[in-house]
This record gives sequence, structure tokens and C-alpha cells, in this order.
Amino acid sequence: MKFTFSWLKDHLDTDATVDQVAEKLTMLGLEVEGVEDRAAALKGFTIAYVKEARQHPNADRLRVCDVETKDGMVQVVCGAPNARTGMKGVFAASGMSIPGTGIILKPSKIRDVESNGMLCSERELMMSDEHDGIIDLPEDAPVGMSIVEYLGLDDPVIEIAITPDRGDCLGVRGIARDLAAAGLGMLKPLDTSAVAGTFASPIGLSLDKLAATPDACPMFVGRYFQGVKNGPSPDWLQRRLTAIGLRPISALVDVTNYVSYDLGRPLHVFDADKLQDRIAPRLSEAGETLLALDGKEYTLPEGICVIADDSVAVGIGGVMGGEVSGCTHETVNVYLEVATFDPIRTAMAGRSLGIDSDARYRFERGVDPEFLVDGAEIASRLIMEFCGGKPSEIMIAGSPPEWKRSYGFRPDRVAELGGLDVPEAESLDILDKLGFTIGKSGEAISVSPPSWRWDIHGEADLVEEVLRIKSLDSIPAVSLPRDQAIPLPVLTLKQRRAATARRLLAGRGMHECVTWSFMPRRQAELFGGGADHMMLANPISSDLDCMRPSILPNLIDAARRNAARGMGDVALFELGPQYAGDRPEDQSLMATGVRAGLAIGRHWSGGKRPVDAFDAKADVLAALAAMGAPVDRLQTDTDVPDWYHPGRAGRLALGPKNTIALFGDIHPRVLKALDIDGPVVAFEIFLDAIPEPKSKASRTRPLLRASSLQPVERDFAFVVDEDVPAEKVLRAAKGADKALITGADVFDVYRGENLGAGKKSLAVSVTLQPVDATLTDEQIEKVAGTVVQAVAKATGGTLRG
Amino acid sequence: MSNIDDLKQELARTVAEAGDLKTLEAIRIDALGKKGRITALMKDLGAMDPDARREAGQALNVLKTEVAAAIDVRKGALEDAELESRLAADRIDVTLSPRPETDGRLHPISQTYDEVVAIFAEMGFEVAEGPDIEEDFYNFTALNIPPEHPARQMHDTFYLPEKEDGSRLLLRTHTSPVQIRTMLSSKPPIRILAPGRTYRSDSDMTHTPMFHQFEGLVIDKATHMGHLKGCLLDFCKAYFEVDELPMRFRPSYFPFTEPSAEVDIGCSRQGGELRIGAGDDWLEILGCGMVHPKVLEYCNLDPAEYQGFAFGMGLERIAMLKYGIPDLRTFFDSDLRWLRHYGFASLDVPTMSGGISQ
Repeated sequence: MKFTFSWLKDHLDTDATVDQVAEKLTMLGLEVEGVEDRAAALKGFTIAYVKEARQHPNADRLRVCDVETKDGMVQVVCGAPNARTGMKGVFAASGMSIPGTGIILKPSKIRDVESNGMLCSERELMMSDEHDGIIDLPEDAPVGMSIVEYLGLDDPVIEIAITPDRGDCLGVRGIARDLAAAGLGMLKPLDTSAVAGTFASPIGLSLDKLAATPDACPMFVGRYFQGVKNGPSPDWLQRRLTAIGLRPISALVDVTNYVSYDLGRPLHVFDADKLQDRIAPRLSEAGETLLALDGKEYTLPEGICVIADDSVAVGIGGVMGGEVSGCTHETVNVYLEVATFDPIRTAMAGRSLGIDSDARYRFERGVDPEFLVDGAEIASRLIMEFCGGKPSEIMIAGSPPEWKRSYGFRPDRVAELGGLDVPEAESLDILDKLGFTIGKSGEAISVSPPSWRWDIHGEADLVEEVLRIKSLDSIPAVSLPRDQAIPLPVLTLKQRRAATARRLLAGRGMHECVTWSFMPRRQAELFGGGADHMMLANPISSDLDCMRPSILPNLIDAARRNAARGMGDVALFELGPQYAGDRPEDQSLMATGVRAGLAIGRHWSGGKRPVDAFDAKADVLAALAAMGAPVDRLQTDTDVPDWYHPGRAGRLALGPKNTIALFGDIHPRVLKALDIDGPVVAFEIFLDAIPEPKSKASRTRPLLRASSLQPVERDFAFVVDEDVPAEKVLRAAKGADKALITGADVFDVYRGENLGAGKKSLAVSVTLQPVDATLTDEQIEKVAGTVVQAVAKATGGTLRG
Repeated sequence: MSNIDDLKQELARTVAEAGDLKTLEAIRIDALGKKGRITALMKDLGAMDPDARREAGQALNVLKTEVAAAIDVRKGALEDAELESRLAADRIDVTLSPRPETDGRLHPISQTYDEVVAIFAEMGFEVAEGPDIEEDFYNFTALNIPPEHPARQMHDTFYLPEKEDGSRLLLRTHTSPVQIRTMLSSKPPIRILAPGRTYRSDSDMTHTPMFHQFEGLVIDKATHMGHLKGCLLDFCKAYFEVDELPMRFRPSYFPFTEPSAEVDIGCSRQGGELRIGAGDDWLEILGCGMVHPKVLEYCNLDPAEYQGFAFGMGLERIAMLKYGIPDLRTFFDSDLRWLRHYGFASLDVPTMSGGISQ
């Protein structure tokens, strides 16, 4: 919403400066987006008279002008094609800066002819893009007068943002009313005196076709004007419209725009000679067409409120008038429409037709339902002032929709809810100044909002009005009271685990990413997603059209992009959601990571190697341990989804169904589809699947029992079938003597012809921890025998001979 | 006796000339070993008459002691020399790089999240979460945004396909649905922070289709707008780590709060650098207000009994302001150079005792 300072003063009697007004508007919730002082840049530019313009002796396209300025005669060389003897223009003297170019003028010689100063184009003064010639002012423009004064530009333009609830401030008067209530002046009375009609309108008016849906257009006020002369509107009006970015069209049309911006009351004028018999608003029929004022032909859906005469629709109610029945310079007889349209219907009509208009903007936010006749009278006076003509009697159909309502108001609520003590009398005075009606019965106060305040729906709104006018800034800040001297921990176990995993993985050299929750469908399909119901109906692009079933494609893609920038050895992770379906329980929190390229790069010390599945497994186990998962109880198998390499990936689970994590090489086919060179290893940890630890009664740890006896290590080499997992051998070994054996691990894996096909040898070191006394050789041999038996029983493995 | 003197001189010379420990050991064995020359001379003493034996015996003992001592001295010198040469051979180039260890980084969104949570935890806020794919009811209706409301147009919602019953799921446009879910599932007093991913179908210089918000909600019987101000002021001072921070509440409009406000904090922009704190300019950082009575009613809370406030702000935005990150879109690029530059070390855990940021 734009307006000028002088325009505001038409409604507000105030001594406040434009800065004070702007500051107050913002603090009233009418946020100032800009104050444009058009005068500042044009200071010093004055009107000049070209006494003589003659051909430049040395240049075909230049003219030498003798210019009469406020400081006397000056010679100016000018290149504009329209420079001519006898014209009036805008002069800039030497030493001045040209706003449009930033050039500072200096006396100069152009092709040997002296030139002092310049005659300016509109673009050079940043008034418009016009640069075909210099500004050509009317003959009566007074020489020497400041151009700011002459064009009335000494009137700052204020632009404010209006929140959707404040339709009443889409007119300058509504803004003035708020300022007056806030003590920045007095609201001037509005002249709504009636214009006497002298005849009955020959165009009829009826709402009978809306009998079934009266809310579509509950009230319609019309007036016929005979014998008007449409032409340009007066300068002051054109200047105001231009200042706020509207194009003056003709007096009749300018009046409607002016009243719309001045009073927030949209109007429409028809060329009455193009209407048939009577105006009868109705709902549109499907397929009906209308050529609107924007020059476009619209095919209407069923049920839009249209203004129609007895034969065709002539306007879309509350949105835009029709081109055919619009006023032109030839219009002689005019029909003025002042109507009320339902906000929701108007919004839906505008949206379905794709029309944004000033009228729609206002009607969908709510236009004062009681301001039809007054609006019609004000518009009538302007039409007659500018265009003459004889007015008919005013015609009124329908009545204002029900808007009266009242709410109990407890003045203490301002302090209780708003935190600001405001005396009752002051609160009521504020509401009164805003146009509210206050009723008292005994102690009880009831307040009725005025007809233009569609946004007030209860006591909280009344409190807001008082606070708003008093200024929210005056509410004292109070720290939230603590109910605990020392705050209790607030994070849930899962939240703590997420934070731990994040910092642990970063500590392991991985970089955390945050990637989109959506991805291209073809990528989602590679990772078990891409179902129809997981697609976005209105994606921002086809690359972001499907909810992610896994974070991996995004991370692999990130690795690919980094590789393309020369950083192929990357370790990336993300902690975030993935979506197996569209229900809340289908969303799971994941810690997902990717390592690509070399795990250890080239280095003088050697050790260079590519990433492999065990890098991913190490990440998983470290993260799980840090999160307090029961790592010792995890079972490992190779039951992995098909985006993993079938032979180089594993699953960690607690029980057959409860997958805790996946890790391993990404399937080469998937890598190819994602256009990245391997190796790429990955892991996915399901944070929701990690069980909660049993709650402990106390933080006390069991007593440390550190043996003073040295542990003994015994090595074995078991020959087992190729498909026997190491974990099975180790479990059997550890289980052979639970009292003595404290650890077992594989330190070598060997395959060779001497073992036979399909066999491998696992070198296992088993740690024995004596409890009471040093173990004798006999005891050690005995345990070793048990280990061999246990492994043989569990896996069929034999000691390597 | 001259042969003893000769031997003494000869041994003294050969010991001094011994170039390495091996030679020295050979000399020792040759002189003092079981079959050594001094040992042999000692054996000869038995055949001498007592006087001569005593004299020769003393001389030989002296000789033996002197030779042994000379060998020890020489041995020490040779050992030192050998160590010196080994040390010289073992020399490394200490300017070489150690074995590589990569250090990872936390994303600024996570760090900011941890900072925000640490501060609000101090004020007793728990962290509440909810689904990203939401129902219309939680995202709009229960927040007092009916279907035709102009405010829905302000939201640029992403929708999932229409279901058979005509309903459509959506991606939450704010984390306010978490407030609704919390109010429906727990009893006041409520103090929660609802951080998380949010979505709007908007993409340009300053908008991304996904971003992070955190919202706060306090519901009890006495919390008023002054508390809202105090809470936000306390937060902003702690987060931006400034002692004095001008804060301005401007009336605004949100369907789910009444009264509603937008909040500006003081800043200065001298020399193109933005500084949060006392200054001559304002910076808008968040929207807030008192929870609308209709929202309370939707959540089965009696507005005559309960009241409270809600606020919401963008995690990326406050991260950008605090850490001087210029472009929102880069947050989601996963560019390693960016992550290294703007990311945080894993040990930089924000705490109230150690400081919100290093």
C-alpha cells in the first residue's frame, strides 16, 4: 500500500514530520517498507526556456540552444531530437550531478562550441525510462521554478506492508485513523453529504438472481450519470496516482482508483450505453466467457459472482470489470457500481482465474460493509466535479451482511495477557478512537468492533488493539520464572543419542551434510522408494519431486559433486529423517554416512589404501557404542537391501526383524546409475531401533576386579568352510570356558591350495585370564582342548595341521 | 722385570689403538683371558723363589689392574662413539608431515541447533518433535487457518498426491504442528522448543524449498507478553553473546497468535559489516505472539484458564547472522570446502558453563 504524505494529511490533521509518521506506522503494525523522497535527487533542477535552437556548425545531430534560466542566458549544446526553439524544459546548471548517470556537469566545448549545463530527459532525472528526447513542459511552465515544486514532487511517497487482517488500512483514511488513535493527530471529518438525484436511473438493478446465494453479493448501490464528458483527470489527482505507481487513464477510471486507495472502497464505472436494461448480479455458468479490462478473455467456471445485465456478464464481481462495457473518452452516460462481495468467493474467483487486482486484494481482505452509500456519494461528487453530468437517484439493492457483534472486555486482561498495566479509562479511550462502540452494564464492559474491522473476533483482539496503540515496545520484559534453581536435563534419550552420533562421526573425520528431504524419483527408486504416494504434487523441480527413502543417494551425489571439484576422497554423513511411507511412524531418524575414494591417501610413510566395508563397519560400531547400544549382542548377517554389494555388505541386528544398522560397499550397478566411480562404502544406522538401556537404580559402578596375574595368549589356526563367518568361530571359542577366556579375535585369514577348495584358515588368538593362581601348562592345554572342541562342534572347523 | 714393562707398554698401545669393541675384546682376551699373556705370566710365578715371586706377583697384579682399567676406559669411549654414529644414522626429517588424520566438521545448522537447545534448556524448555509429512489439520486448521484464509497463500505449501477420500498430506510449512501435537498429548504447564525441517515451495536467492525452524511454546495460567519479551531477550543476548541488545516488538499478524508481533534486534551496518547489538539500525529476526484462544480450543485447552506464548525463527537465519554466512543456498550444497570453512569441530560442544560458542 502506497500513499503520499500530503494525501495522508487530507485525512489527518497533524504536525508530525514524515519520519515521525513512518516510525509510528511501523510501531502500529503498518510496517513501513520505504519512504521515497522524490525531491531530494531533483533539488536544483529548474524550468528553462529555449529561446533559440539552431543547428550545430560541426555536427549534424547536435543543436546549439540559447537557454533562458533562472540565472540568465546560457548556451547549451543538446543532442535531443526534440530540442527546438520556444520549448520549455528542465535545466541542470554546471556543477550539478545528474541522478540517472551520476555525471557531474562541467562547462565544456562540444565540437568547438561552448556548452554550459544540460537539458534533461526523464531517464536522466530517474523519473521514468523515457530517453527519446528531453522533457517537454507545457508552454505556461514558469521559467526558473524548481521542477520539484512544479511537478508536486515535494511530497514523500510512503509504502507500507499491510498484513492480511488489516483490510481497513488498504485506504489512506484507515491508516490515518490508526495514527490518530495513537495520538499522532486528529482524524479529519469526512464529507459524505448526499448528491441529490434528479431522475430515476434508466438502468434497473436487482439481486433477484442471487436469491439462493445472497452472500455472494449482499448489497449493491448504483447510480446513473447522464451527459458526462470524460477526459483527463485533474493534475493533483494524476500526480497522486502516478506517485503510487498507478497510470492515470481518464477522469472516470481515475475516480474509481482514487476512491479505492483513498477510502479502501473499490468502485466500478460502466459505460451505461453498453448495458442492457438492468444490472442483475448472478453466478456464472460454466463456459461463459468475458473479455476483462486487462484485455484478456476469460472462460469462467461455474459459480463465480458476475455483474451482468440481462444478456451478458459485464464484470467479475469484486475482481475486474469487462472491457466491452468499460468507460472510454467517448463515454457520455455512466453507471456507477458500489457493491459488497464475499471475501472467500472473491478470493477463490480471483485464484481460479489467475487475476490479481486492487479490487480483489481489498474484497478478499474485507471491505467496510456499511460504506456503500457514502462511497457512492463521494464518488458521485468527484465524477460530477471532473466530468459534469446529471446524477440519477441512488439505487440500493440488498443490505449489508450481518457484521455487528460484541465481546466482553475485562480491562485487567491487558495486564494479564499483555503484561502492560493500562488504566481502564485509557484502554476504553483507545478503543473508542479506533471506532469501537463501548457498552457498560454494571461492572461488565462489552465492546463492538466497527464495521470496517473484520479482524476483531474476541477479547484477545481487543487487548491487542490497546497494546498496539500503546505500543508493544512499552511492555516491560520479564524473564521466565524458573521452577528449578538448577534446570533439569531436557533431552530425551534419542535426542541425546543423535547429538552423540553426530559429534562422534565428525570426530572420526566425517563431514556433516544437511541435504534435501526430497530427491529425483529415479534415485529414490534405486533405494526402495519412489512410490506414487511419496511424490510431491507440486515439486519445485523434477529433481526434487520424491520424498527420500534413504539419505544415501543425496550423500553419494554430494560425493560425486565434490569429486568433480577435485575432492574425490570424502567422508560425509547426515543425521536426519528418511521416509518409508507417508504416516508419522514411517519417518525414521537415520545416521547415514558415505566414504569414497581413498581411506588413507598417498603419504611418504606408505599405507595408501581405498575405502572398504570395514571402514563403514568401524563407523557403525563406534557410533553404536557411543550411543550406548548393546554392541556385544549384535548379530551380523548379510541380509542387506539390494543397493548394497551382495557379498561386501552386512547387517547388524538384534533379532531377525530388528535391523540396527547396514554397512558395506554400494552395489556397482547403483554407483553406475548415480554416475560415480567407486569404491563407495556406506552405512545406515536406524536410531529408532536401538533399544533403551534398562534403567539403572544407581549410578554406582560395580567394583573393579583387576587381577594381579598376567593374562595368557594362546594362538590357534582353524580350517573352516569358506562360508563359516568368523563371528561364529569367535563366539564358540569365547564360550568354551567363560570363566577363563576373556577375549578372542582373528589375527589372520589364509586361503591356499594346501587347505583344499572352499576352505579357509582363521588364525585366532584367545586370551585367558587366570583368576586365583598362575595357570599351569596342564591347565592351559586343557582349556585349549576345550576351545578346539567348541569350535569344531559349532563350525566343523579343525586345527590346521 | 723388563718384560713386564714391555708388555705393559705394548698393551697400553694396542688398547689405545683398538678401533672398535671387537678388537678391544680380542685384546682383553689376549691379555687377561684364561690363556692370556698376563694370565700365563701369573702361572709362571709358582716356579719362582718366594722373594722373586712376591715382587713379580705384585708387579703382575698392578699390570693386570692397569690393563683392565685401560680396557674399560677404552670400551666406554668406543661405546660412546658407536652410539653417536648410530644416532647420526637414525636421524629423521622432523619437518615431514605425520600420518594423515582427517578431522570432520559439524554442519552449522547442527551447531546452531545445539546452541539454541542449550540456552532454552536453561529456561526449562524440552525439545519436542513431530513428522515432516503432516496433515492439513495440524499444519493449518488447528492453527486457526481455515482453507480459504489468505494466510494459506502466504505459505506456499508442498502437497503430496490427493488420496481417495480427497484429503491431501503436505510437508509442514512450519514446526507449529508440533505445538498442536504437544498440546493435544500433554497437560500444561508446557514449555517446549520445536526445532526441525520445514518446507515451502519457494526457491530464490534468499529462499530454499527446505529450511529449519525452531519454535517455542509456553502454556500455563500466568505467562503474558512481558514474559515473551523477557524470554526472547534473554535468548538473543545469550545466543548473540552481547551484554546489551536493543529489542523492538512491532505488531503484526499471524492467524495462530493474538496479539502478534514481529521482533527486531539492534544492529549496526558500518562498512558493510553487520554487527548485532546496540546500533543505529534494526534487524527483523522472528515472529511471535500470545497463543490464539481458538488454537487453545482446538487443542482442548480452555482459553479462560490457560494462556501462553509462541514464537518461531529460522535456524539458518540466526546461524547466518551470528557466523557471517552470506548465502542460504550454500547450506544444502554439501561442498566440502564450505563444510570445512563454516563447520564446527566435534569437541566444540556449546554449554552454558563453557560458553555457547568458542
